[in-house]
Amino acid sequence: MQKEVIKEKSMVLQKEMLAKLFKDLSQAHETGKKVVYTFVPGNLSELIHAFDMLPVYPEINALQSGMRKKSGDFIRDAEKAGHLEDVCTYVKCDIGMMLNGNIGPTGEKLPPPDLLLLSYTGCFTFMKWFENLERYYPGVPIAMLHTPYQEGGKITKEMRDYMVEQLKQEVIPKMEMVSGKKFDESKLAGILENSARAEDLIVKIFETTKNKPSPIDAYFAGVYYIGPINTGFRGRPEAVTYYETLYEEIQERVRLGLGPITPEGEMEEERFRLVVEGPPNWTSFREFWKLFYDMGAVVVASTYTKVGGVYDYGFRHDPKRPLESLAEYCMNCYTNLNLPQRIDLLEKYITEFQADGFLVNSIKSCNSFSAGQLLMMRQLEERLGIPVGFIESDLVDPRYFSYSNIKNRLDSFFQMLGQRKIIRGQMEMEAVV
Amino acid sequence: MKKYYLGIDLGSTTSKAVIIDEQDNIIGRGITNTRSNYEVAAEIAKQSAIYNARFYLLQNRLSDIIERHPEYRRYIKEMEDAFQYLQFSNRLEWLRRQLLQTAGETAKSEASHHTMLAEVERITGEIQEEVKVDYLERDLGSKSQFFRDIVGEKYNEKVSCLSKELFEPMMLLFDKSINPVENEMISFQFKHLVEESMALLNAKYANLADVGNADESVHFDAELNLLKGNYQRVSDSLKEHINYVSEEEFHIAGMVGTGYGRALLPFPENCIKSEILCHAFGAHAVFPNTRTVLDIGGQDTKAIQVDQYGLVTSFHMNDRCAAGCGRYLGYIADELNISLNELGPLALEAQKEVTICSTCTVFAGAELRELLNVGEKREDILAGLHRAIVMRAMSLLARSGGVRNEFTFTGGVARNHAVLKYVSELVRTNYGQDLTINVHTDSIFMGALGGAMFARRNIEVALPEKKKKEELEEVG
Repeated sequence: MQKEVIKEKSMVLQKEMLAKLFKDLSQAHETGKKVVYTFVPGNLSELIHAFDMLPVYPEINALQSGMRKKSGDFIRDAEKAGHLEDVCTYVKCDIGMMLNGNIGPTGEKLPPPDLLLLSYTGCFTFMKWFENLERYYPGVPIAMLHTPYQEGGKITKEMRDYMVEQLKQEVIPKMEMVSGKKFDESKLAGILENSARAEDLIVKIFETTKNKPSPIDAYFAGVYYIGPINTGFRGRPEAVTYYETLYEEIQERVRLGLGPITPEGEMEEERFRLVVEGPPNWTSFREFWKLFYDMGAVVVASTYTKVGGVYDYGFRHDPKRPLESLAEYCMNCYTNLNLPQRIDLLEKYITEFQADGFLVNSIKSCNSFSAGQLLMMRQLEERLGIPVGFIESDLVDPRYFSYSNIKNRLDSFFQMLGQRKIIRGQMEMEAVV
Repeated sequence: MKKYYLGIDLGSTTSKAVIIDEQDNIIGRGITNTRSNYEVAAEIAKQSAIYNARFYLLQNRLSDIIERHPEYRRYIKEMEDAFQYLQFSNRLEWLRRQLLQTAGETAKSEASHHTMLAEVERITGEIQEEVKVDYLERDLGSKSQFFRDIVGEKYNEKVSCLSKELFEPMMLLFDKSINPVENEMISFQFKHLVEESMALLNAKYANLADVGNADESVHFDAELNLLKGNYQRVSDSLKEHINYVSEEEFHIAGMVGTGYGRALLPFPENCIKSEILCHAFGAHAVFPNTRTVLDIGGQDTKAIQVDQYGLVTSFHMNDRCAAGCGRYLGYIADELNISLNELGPLALEAQKEVTICSTCTVFAGAELRELLNVGEKREDILAGLHRAIVMRAMSLLARSGGVRNEFTFTGGVARNHAVLKYVSELVRTNYGQDLTINVHTDSIFMGALGGAMFARRNIEVALPEKKKKEELEEVG
């Protein structure tokens, strides 16, 4: 019997927050609020709020379209408009949505941008994406923030200064111009205080997976948990409330020894603990998730949930150093880390969260995420002797999700983990004897 | 009672079954082409493996005699061929009836119905005779022994000489009839079929004795010579042993199904295992130092890394495209109008390798025709094609972590010597000249063998025990 999913309080809160954001966006024209289009990895949400503007995240809209089964048609329309098959499907989905009236995930129309804030990490397609948007919205101002890649594996003073300089010379003046408001550093500092609180809570939430059974799935449910901070709520008091509520709920699950909640109720038996690299597939998200929870597999850590910020090593937005910490935040996002850093982070996850296996979901149309994934796999296998698996799908192009191929590989992967567990158990027994 | 274990590998092209004993010795192998009814394919493979196991037991019982009297080995081998023929013959009779029935349903007029019936009788009669000679007098060698392939090829041949008006309806007739026949399970009594086989053989040898006397140069064959005049004694002394092996009960104490069609096998869920694990386990059992396994099957290529226990540590499979797999070779063989088994030998005759750019099965067909058109030789093109598919496998191996010593090559495609040549060459060039490369004559059976071995070890697979879950929910 399928269990009815009980809506936790945090779920309701998140839904209300998002509904209000999209309502505000749909009324922006009437209320005179200015709208900034920007991207998740290396976003300057706090700065946008400091100018009382509203954010729109095209890649979030694309993934929402994917989950609502609309991306196939949007991509088709974008391809009709000249975008080739191999182009990032987030871009094509977003452009398709615009060509179809720019109706957002709540069914309300999204307002056109007053500013394109091109702050991004890890992916140069973002630049091309906004070049396209500029053609659809001729004359829209663009502010560009270039985030230096952590090629050397650390953030130098020069890198930080370079970014702060860009914020002062390029981003803030453009925001002042568009919003008609003067930059208020103390207002920004106040917002950053909330950011740091939300970040503290997020770290605690994702650390609860150290428990056995893990009370949450850090990938399939994790993408919902990061929703508020990735949709511009970081720095807002609502986000702090949301994460406090969520953390309480999860702590309660830990206290009761409960496993994660799935769309079909609670997972009863935790068989495999996984660390996953790469974004999920959105067009068949439920089916994809089911392939895991049916097998008793729970994801205890994922890198995808760190795309909008890595807080594991202690970075927090700092009200005392507002612009510097914004710069550091951007440079610290997952896709801005070099490959050795990503491997180290994955190693930390696998070890600390006692994972049984490491799995990569490689994305057909995303070069920035896919580059280096085989190297990561091999290095982790060598360092930790952990079983590794590799599957391929796509973000929002339904044509690239092959259920049977993925199921076949996952079946093999889980059986491989199961077999190793048994043999390891036998060997441990022998050692004891 | 002795215990036996069964592994069934339901691949996209062929279905294989292996029976092992309690010491992991392979005692029976069965193979058939996969067809739309997986249950039938699996059952036929299993039945063939059991028949094969009985012959194996027979040889084992007679090992002493066989050593001293080689004519016994010959007799048993020919008996197995005759046994195969009888099975074929049975199915052909089934096909004949089906063709006659279908003719009634498809014929456009009374006259054409009449002609078609006559043609069906002629064609099946001729096939029957030819196949009898093939099985009983000739060594089938590398030729396909699947009913559909043999009968399809012969039927085609016989229909192609008919008038255009008759050709189309006769081809349609075959297409409509072969599937129901192939998907029907036909059961045989082992003992009954063996007795029939012996009758056939004895008739053959009796006839041989006369021919031999008339012209000794025709059949100069030491073992066969020994059978002349002696066959009755051989067959009489075999009877008792045949009775014994016919009655041997194959108690299958455990079984595991694997392969791409595994989910559709009529097996309990905990008896289904991934082919990745089975191929690796089988290959590792045969070559215990194996660390990297390359398996090229009908529609997928797998690069598998295993540890010292034969347990998989990582694997990679081709995604989205099956160019470079067995079916690709099948397609090329069709394009060249030759049999799949002739591809490798032909490619080995090449004087040079034509560079093939295409990585797509369908486009490769076009490329092949274009190259023939500009005057390239068939064998040179084939050499290039074989190299191209091995290059794809090399890239998969690289993705999976490279090749570690020892390297074992499995799957149906490992039987193609040209593929084997390029695999050996490229693996050694890329990963070291002193690498040990293993290929076994049973390479196609590795998945089924691994399955049977898992069944014997009864290693629990990590599948959700749905029943247990449901019970829990009811309690909850």
